[in-house]
Amino acid sequence: MASSSSSSSSSKGLDEEERPHVLAVDDSLVDRKLIERLLTNCACKVTTAENGQRALEFLGLGDGQHTVDNSDLKVNLIITDYCMPGMTGYELLKKVKESSNLREIPVVIVSSENVPTRINKCLEEGAQEFMLKPLKQSDVKKLRYYMMRLGQPCNGMLCMGR
Amino acid sequence: MDVGQLQTRFVDYRKSMFCEGLLDSQFIQLQQLQDESNPDFVVEVVSLFFEDSEKLLNELSKTLGQQTIDFKKVDAHVHQLKGSSSSIGAQRVKNACIAFRNYCEEENIEGCLRCVQQAKQEYFLVKGKLETLFRLEQQIVVAGGVIPMVE
Repeated sequence: MASSSSSSSSSKGLDEEERPHVLAVDDSLVDRKLIERLLTNCACKVTTAENGQRALEFLGLGDGQHTVDNSDLKVNLIITDYCMPGMTGYELLKKVKESSNLREIPVVIVSSENVPTRINKCLEEGAQEFMLKPLKQSDVKKLRYYMMRLGQPCNGMLCMGR
Repeated sequence: MDVGQLQTRFVDYRKSMFCEGLLDSQFIQLQQLQDESNPDFVVEVVSLFFEDSEKLLNELSKTLGQQTIDFKKVDAHVHQLKGSSSSIGAQRVKNACIAFRNYCEEENIEGCLRCVQQAKQEYFLVKGKLETLFRLEQQIVVAGGVIPMVE
């Protein structure tokens, strides 16, 4: 079983433990299905959530939950839609960055709208990247760089796509 | 019809959908995500799009039929429809939504009523054609042929 991550063709051969785990948050069922497929195609393990509240619950930040250590969850990346009813992606980003346990997790915001003030706001709050929808395979490949396992610093050998 | 003829018919039909602007390159992205381990991916996503869209279009008609129109609600629905149509590459539906949102912003009732009709028209057009496309695809599969990839 190839444990080297320098070859993208080894992506199908990575076992459960080695695949990065991405939490994808979007209120659109179509988009959840799409992002899930895009991510699994890049050899990621995916958990989807339909809104910010569910995402927080998964991360252990729900109301009344005691916070969990991310080493239990092993979420390597959060990708969230910006426009969602209830809690926006920006608000979710803030909550993650405010949490001492979870703030290290890179958060990528996606939106169908290219609004510079929105983009700046998210980046200032600590978003890793802001991407425009609809997402393509090439967009998701770029994200692999952010999905290094926590505690295993990137030594520059991570595949950044073909 | 032999497999070759079925494949040609399928390719031509698909090409025409792109030429007519019904589909854009995002649909190609979807097709590229389909493989042996996910052989029905496109049909699955498009089916979700159909369900979602019909719900939204019904909601839109209802909301626009109210005594006092909640334009924020209308805009939210159109935004959703724009998003999902964009995600599957249903270009003309997406474009109809872009125009629609402008009228929502202006709180222009007449404009919105025209737009919902336009959006419905475009939606049912692309739906019918996609269903035909999937049928043509099935005929190839049943005949034991391979579905031609997009060039």
